[in-house]
Amino acid sequence: MNVTYNDFVIRFANVNGSGSASANGMFAKALFRMGIPVAARNIFPSNIQGLPTWFEVRVSERGHLGRREGVDIMVAMNAETYAEDIADIKPGGYLFHDSSKPLAAHLRRSDVNEVGMPIAALLLPEFSDLKQRGLFKNIVYLGALSALLNIEFEVITGMVAKQYRGKDDLIAPNIHALEIGRRYALDYLGGPIEYQVRRSSANGEKILIDGNTAAALGALYGGATVCAWYPITPSTSVAESFERHANALRKDEATGANKFAVIQAEDELSAIGIVIGAGWNGARAFTATSGPGISLMSEFLGLAYFAEIPAVIFDIQRAGPSTGMPTRTQQSDLTAAAYASHGDTRHVLLFPSSPKECFDFAAEALDLADRLQTPIIVMSDLELGMNDNVSEPFEWSDGRRYDRGKVLDAAALDAAGEFGRYLDVDGDGIGQRTLPGAHPERGAFFTRGTSRDEHARYTESPEAYQRNMERLERKWATAAELTPQAEIADAGRRNGILYYGTSAMPMTEALELLQAQGIALDRLRVRGFPFGKEVFDFIGRHERVFVVDQNRDAQMRSLLINEGVAEPAKLVSVRYYAGLSISADTIRDQVLMYYQAERLPRLTEVGS
Amino acid sequence: MTFVVKPRIRHPQLPVNDLGLTRRDYEGAVSTLCAGCGHDSVSAAIAAACAELSLPPHRFAKVSGIGCSSKTPSYFLGKSHGFNSVHGRMPSVATGANLANRSLYCVGVSGDGDSASIGLGQFAHIVRRRINMVYIVDNNGTYGLTKGQFSATNDRGSTSKKGVPNLYEPIDLVSMALQIGAGFVARSFSGDKKQLVPLIKAALAHPGMAFLDVISPCVAFNNHNGSTKSFDYVRGHSERLVEADFLPAQAEITADYDPGTTEDVPMPDGSILRLSKVAKDFDVHDRIGALEYVQRKQERGEVATGLLYVEPDAADCHDMLGTVETPLNALTEADLCPGEAALERLNESFR
Repeated sequence: MNVTYNDFVIRFANVNGSGSASANGMFAKALFRMGIPVAARNIFPSNIQGLPTWFEVRVSERGHLGRREGVDIMVAMNAETYAEDIADIKPGGYLFHDSSKPLAAHLRRSDVNEVGMPIAALLLPEFSDLKQRGLFKNIVYLGALSALLNIEFEVITGMVAKQYRGKDDLIAPNIHALEIGRRYALDYLGGPIEYQVRRSSANGEKILIDGNTAAALGALYGGATVCAWYPITPSTSVAESFERHANALRKDEATGANKFAVIQAEDELSAIGIVIGAGWNGARAFTATSGPGISLMSEFLGLAYFAEIPAVIFDIQRAGPSTGMPTRTQQSDLTAAAYASHGDTRHVLLFPSSPKECFDFAAEALDLADRLQTPIIVMSDLELGMNDNVSEPFEWSDGRRYDRGKVLDAAALDAAGEFGRYLDVDGDGIGQRTLPGAHPERGAFFTRGTSRDEHARYTESPEAYQRNMERLERKWATAAELTPQAEIADAGRRNGILYYGTSAMPMTEALELLQAQGIALDRLRVRGFPFGKEVFDFIGRHERVFVVDQNRDAQMRSLLINEGVAEPAKLVSVRYYAGLSISADTIRDQVLMYYQAERLPRLTEVGS
Repeated sequence: MTFVVKPRIRHPQLPVNDLGLTRRDYEGAVSTLCAGCGHDSVSAAIAAACAELSLPPHRFAKVSGIGCSSKTPSYFLGKSHGFNSVHGRMPSVATGANLANRSLYCVGVSGDGDSASIGLGQFAHIVRRRINMVYIVDNNGTYGLTKGQFSATNDRGSTSKKGVPNLYEPIDLVSMALQIGAGFVARSFSGDKKQLVPLIKAALAHPGMAFLDVISPCVAFNNHNGSTKSFDYVRGHSERLVEADFLPAQAEITADYDPGTTEDVPMPDGSILRLSKVAKDFDVHDRIGALEYVQRKQERGEVATGLLYVEPDAADCHDMLGTVETPLNALTEADLCPGEAALERLNESFR
């Protein structure tokens, strides 16, 4: 048997609400604990119980953790989706199913290996309770997979023991169910198959974590004290995770009182209003939302831009409006977020592409918001936010100090000569601000959107309005210097590829696939908006730059053109927007098609 | 617009309060509202209440939405910060401001369009959350800045300046506030300073959500015959319910006070709220009774004014959330950051 180690895609097809999520999660975590890089993707419906749901795990010793097309092993546990699930299996792959009911003849494929196991029949004599039988079905297939894929059994049993700590009476039946599956696979299914795992050191010090938890911890470390939010998938776990960790790590030791406040608001309008009220009054505050929330928050975001109030917003992007597809990933809020609101508004965006970066950017966003006195929007997405991703561990230095920006306290006000809220004292477009109650006589001002002079006095003077708008433009230029620089690998090639956020996950693999086709590209990963000079320089020195977007309208390409790319024609769009995350194959295919259509020269002839 | 320039020279005869400050120290910029606007009387009453209580004039966060009423925070307490925010969204901004620094007095001024129409949701939810603030609605039943459209508090059948009747039922913010958890609910009339100032003082001393609906006729668009929010209509149809006189603990004065039924309500800061009951047997601690009373009056076309309900030991949002006494905006890295070692433990839990 020709065994492939640590390199396959396994997909679990389940019914939502059947308890499969925890078994599937344990499967991914077990491989991670064996040191093997894994990426887990939950493809779920807008539903609590009954609709089909899929869980896909990519296993890659080389650390290629973007989505890959094609399934090597299908664990088909939902009879309703048998047809499409079986069709997705790559030739030579495996179909694992519950053979208590025989598979219909028309579903069978001669080019895949069928592994049938009578799970329901095996459980019938073991557990009398119907609900228990349903739940243990998932544990039984986990046990069977441990034998078929050669997963270290004690890793799984250890996890079961940990998961049910405190509910000890559940440990024994779970381990028993695991053993039923494992025993059957060894005795009757012929033991390990062609796809197997073995212990690796590839994960090193890495952690397995979802981006939303990472962002929440970053906000906690970054000193956020006020969190106001409204429930919306896929962002909800940012706020919930912040509250959970704050309850564990942010209590006053003597009194047990909270050094934070979390408000579940009545809607997104209120959530952003609370954040802006708190930011105005000097507390670090954030909200988490998704596209519909950004739409609702737009009026307030514009006010915060003009009134110059710090605020941090996590936008965990998802597909389109309404319900259904919105539980799928996309990067489709770029233009909505960048120019949210009426009037001349532009907002600072950060684009994390890993949990580590979610953590870092959350803390950095709080600093940037205070420094720039403006909203900072962290553009994550469902793929990064809700799925467990292998990540570098989080880092923090105890010597790190928060950048609170230009806030004058009573002593500073006494020492300062003139105070004018909107005077450009340093030439960077950023004025000095004071907090309510700071000084009995000096520094109080009235905050409005527009209609003010440098001393925050009411005026409708055309000149004063224009001066203010020009200062805000200087501030925007300062923002371009402070936002995180793009990550660039430039070997002086003719063409390049530009991407951001979760398109980074399949990018290394995509570039390797293209290299095999004689196409070598320099790469640039955008990490912030406004774009730094390095982004325009990169585009300037390449003949063509592929711009990868996970949206239909090539929104990053639009931003680049709108913000100053001299020759828009050199930006070639690579797009994917069908609701899953972009795969290496998609990127390769679209770039390759462009090379072929334009007859662009390649480095080498295509190998055999 | 009022073109009266206030004198800059301090008059030697002006009385000073316990902080050595005069009424002038509690005023703000010159009003740009119409001459005779009821809202200016409300601003003056707020300034008077703060001055009489000797509150430090810089320790306020003043917040508002959009509209005539929402311009007014600029016209009182000029030594404090103010925020003229988004139409109907003052409650959320006030919530954030109060969460950030619980040691400041928070005063929100809104209008009937701002709170009963576009911002009805935010009004309801801030009341539920019991944010510690004084929430004043300058209620004139009309949209002034856009020239006279009906607002949601306008009575059914009341006519616009052009004589068109309002077809829809009014929303009564006082009844709503009573229903959903405000610990202090009162109604007054902008032209009745004697009643309004003590009510604002009592509201400032209340440790939670204090809601004040102030009928404040619009002299430009809602002061004609046919309007039920005109000066003449309200004067003729209001019934004084409870007269409140607020007496700070350190200087209790009981002399110049109307005789009649009185009730002393102790406030948490040790001061006494003295109530003079005009209506017989009215119980200011009976929320449901107040609700019924207000609605019965309304049915008869009468406006019940005065203190309608007070819950003296009400909890505020910070109490319910269990936040620290130190203002959240004053916490430092040492308070907020769990540190390197804790992060390493977190990393380990994700392996």
